[in-house]
Amino acid sequence: MSDGSLSGGKAVSRTTPALSLSTLRTHGGLIALLLILVFNALFTPNFLQVQTLFVNISQVATIAIVAIGMTLVIATAGIDLSVGAVMALAGALAPLIFQSEFGTVYPALGIAAAFILPLIAAGLCGLFNGVMISYLNVQPIIATLILFISGRGIAQVLTNGNLQTFSNPYFSYLGTGKILGLPFQGWLALALAVAVYWLVSRTIFGRYLLAVGGNEKAARLSGAPVRMVKIGAYVLCAFLSGIAGLIVVAINSASDAARNGNLMELDAIAAAVVGGALLQGGRAPIFGAILGAIIIQLVKYTLLANGVEDEVALIAKAAIIVLAVYIQQARKE
Amino acid sequence: MPGSEAFDLRRFLQSDGRNAGVWIALVALILFGLARYENFGGAYNIVSFLNYNSMFIVISIGMCFVIMTGGIDLSVGSVAAFTSVVAAYLSPYGIEVALPGGVLAGAAFGAINAFCIIAMRIPPFIATLATMLAAKGGALVISGAQTISVDWGSNFTKLGMEKAFNVVPWTIVIVALVAIVLWAVLEHTSLGRTVLAIGGSEDASNLMGLKVNRAKVFVYLISGGCAGLAGVFLASGYGAGQPLEGIGWELSAIAAVVVGGTLLTGGLGSVTATVAGALLLGLVFNILNFENGRGTISLSAYWQMVIRGGFLFVVILLQTRMTASRQKAG
Repeated sequence: MSDGSLSGGKAVSRTTPALSLSTLRTHGGLIALLLILVFNALFTPNFLQVQTLFVNISQVATIAIVAIGMTLVIATAGIDLSVGAVMALAGALAPLIFQSEFGTVYPALGIAAAFILPLIAAGLCGLFNGVMISYLNVQPIIATLILFISGRGIAQVLTNGNLQTFSNPYFSYLGTGKILGLPFQGWLALALAVAVYWLVSRTIFGRYLLAVGGNEKAARLSGAPVRMVKIGAYVLCAFLSGIAGLIVVAINSASDAARNGNLMELDAIAAAVVGGALLQGGRAPIFGAILGAIIIQLVKYTLLANGVEDEVALIAKAAIIVLAVYIQQARKE
Repeated sequence: MPGSEAFDLRRFLQSDGRNAGVWIALVALILFGLARYENFGGAYNIVSFLNYNSMFIVISIGMCFVIMTGGIDLSVGSVAAFTSVVAAYLSPYGIEVALPGGVLAGAAFGAINAFCIIAMRIPPFIATLATMLAAKGGALVISGAQTISVDWGSNFTKLGMEKAFNVVPWTIVIVALVAIVLWAVLEHTSLGRTVLAIGGSEDASNLMGLKVNRAKVFVYLISGGCAGLAGVFLASGYGAGQPLEGIGWELSAIAAVVVGGTLLTGGLGSVTATVAGALLLGLVFNILNFENGRGTISLSAYWQMVIRGGFLFVVILLQTRMTASRQKAG
């Protein structure tokens, strides 16, 4: 099936090369989103309901937040496989902190610490990845593999592999709260996107980031602090993953280190690439990542709501990733 | 004659001197185990250790070929889970069908990887990440997310549970054959030289007129086929096709390859050192199990993940040091 559509795409590109390929690249995401929305409106029962919107917003927020970080890393021509493990680690720490003796005696301080300390731990994971990659010159996929394996292990060691359940209205607000009737984490994802967009487009860090990804050697020769920029990208990515990990725990009022963030690296890479990030670096389309996250989530939802098994959804996701990267790669030629 | 070279110790030490570390570590660990634990050198421990690790050794050999071209194959664990289900379904027809069937199913995923990487020019880790998802989904779909029992009446279970001439388990015999054949291909054929040349510089290999694409197809087919064989071992050894197995196997394989001195950037590598690397990793866990049994330490499965990551970290640090010093020297 995919083979047929690919050769079809090639045939079109031969007749009007510039038009079709560039349209697909620049508007492919929007076209895909439109198609999915129309399909759902026509065929998926109960799609046009507020409840469906809420479910999708709360699901898409975590993917989007991680995908923003992944976009920054991919912009440096890197990759971060450890995002899911970092989510599990941050998510495991939070309930441990506000359910500790200190947290129950000083509830306000406990909650504050339950937000801050896991995010610091997440940032340290990013620092580890960044130092491995920029100072020790380890390939990103291998360097982040280390935490991909052991990060979730550390989270499970901390919780003894147990599911931690809790009821804490303050912490749960992160997952269940609403502003103007819409889920809080949706607003949070939007705010983070705006902040990171500003960082990329308006600051020196952003300019260096794109320069490093575009041509690392040139960036170094022209005096960009290449190592610090790369470390910054991995720290931000891990920090955002930590936030996503806290959100998942807050939604469920439970922390499961074995499942929190499982396969998130795939969703985040897929969202970033669908959103227009180039794997060879040099571009950081932040709002593209949000669009990509929405598409990934809607595809999942569409398959699920129409009775397609979860397992088949994995195959569909694989096809989306390959297709999106293929379209992006065509840009080089 | 290739055969005589195989047993030339001096040539072996010269070509493999770079990997002396892994051999020394392996021997040291074996001596440590022999001195510390009563049953370590017993036939039961040796046979069950090798039988269990045969899956990881064969996957590591396939991964070694992919990494030598500068690529990576993240799909091997899921593919092994998929082929264990295929082999379980084919088991009533006997080992003559189930073994090649499982290997071919694995090679089919290798072919998909090769198509995506060569024809569609998708980076190896993205392409194999996608087949990892597809194989996992495929395994769950065809098995209905259940373990599939093998046919106990057929001769299929002999593979994982019986021994050749009552001495060596069949899995080990097969792994040894695979290792010898692939070692010979790497060391003594133009295909093997091309695999190494691609990792050195793909552009230069193309300019020299080497059959780069053919060699790349070969390495992904080998990796997929090796994963397929591991799935067959899994089904036969445990009596069931297991769609949920294989998680993290790609990491064990990558770790074994790295421990075996193969550079992750490609261009250098050795089948024998990869086997030694896989044995070394397996031995670390074998020894941890003995310690657990003594009650001196108590390590949960979660700790094992942490230790595995820590081990990979140390090895990568050492390898980075090594390549850095060689670059300085060169």
